[in-house]
Amino acid sequence: MRELLTDIDRWQTDGKRVAIARVVDIEGSGPRGAGAAMAVNQDGEVSGSVSGGCVESAVVSEALAILSGEQPSRVVTFGYSDDEAFAVGLTCGGIIHLFIQPLEW
Amino acid sequence: MNSYQTFSAHVRDNSPVALVTVIEGPHVGATMVVTPAGIVGGSLGNADIDRIVARDALGELEAGRTSVRHYGPHGESTPEDLIDTETVRIFVESFSPPPLMWIFGAVDFTAALARVAKVLGYHVTVCDAREVFATRRRFPMADEVKVTWPTPMFTENGHRLSSRDAVCILTHDPKFDVPAIQGALATSAGYIGVMGSRKTHAKRLERMAEVGITSAADLARIHSPIGLDLGGRTPEETAISIVGEIIATRTGRNASPLGASDGAIH
Repeated sequence: MRELLTDIDRWQTDGKRVAIARVVDIEGSGPRGAGAAMAVNQDGEVSGSVSGGCVESAVVSEALAILSGEQPSRVVTFGYSDDEAFAVGLTCGGIIHLFIQPLEW
Repeated sequence: MNSYQTFSAHVRDNSPVALVTVIEGPHVGATMVVTPAGIVGGSLGNADIDRIVARDALGELEAGRTSVRHYGPHGESTPEDLIDTETVRIFVESFSPPPLMWIFGAVDFTAALARVAKVLGYHVTVCDAREVFATRRRFPMADEVKVTWPTPMFTENGHRLSSRDAVCILTHDPKFDVPAIQGALATSAGYIGVMGSRKTHAKRLERMAEVGITSAADLARIHSPIGLDLGGRTPEETAISIVGEIIATRTGRNASPLGASDGAIH
């Protein structure tokens, strides 16, 4: 999250709302460990990354839904599974758990 | 200041801070900021859970760990307390100051190593006793440039080095490298590497023996000649081989190609 602070500060100064997505847990092989983070502002601009590019666009959709109030802050899981719910996968075969919330604390 | 501003101020100052967030249970999204001085912002919902989680977060922060922990709604944490109660899952993220790299010897390899170390997030200090070489102008990428001998450097600052930190001795000069090795061995530095050809290394071993560096435990801590065998020649290639060895030392891996083995990658 250290590397996101400059962008977050700029967006907040411009009056933009910001959501942060942080990796809280990884099962199996994952490109980034717990603590990897990305920030998304209300216009869909992005800073940072949480995987090797596998799930970022899905994270932006989730973050925007959470910022707009359509979805609550929550843990979102991406990864390889037979379950259709895991529509977006990691090419490395791991499972990644992200917590996404508006940056309003 | 709100909690985010308090948190980001600590991260920017490189002072240790833990960000603690409820990710499941009542008050999802509630966030608290914890430093060695205690809770400095926010709350997880009630004073009981704040106090207990802050205590645990401090332990995680000291170890530099990031993890998910489970509690009851008032911070209950023993297994019997957690039966028949709602579980609160809490993400504790530690932000510790960057690891330190001390580079002895203001040579061409130093500039390349300092650049690569910065990419990896190190706080880099370049140290040389020669005023004309140890200048900010030659090493603008370093966080600090110190004109001093190894012995006072270690006597005054050696206590700051921990297992996350690296000492790279690139001096090639007996007056300088043996005292630097002695100084580094007296610290908790996780990596000590010394540059030189195999011939230089053999001669250096003799000089180290003369000053009493002979124990197997001490010799095992010293990576010499420094770096992995990548076959590179330029300062930049050498820098990559050095940081490669530092990473492999930390992870305990043998730095062979992934294609030559079939174990877990991460």
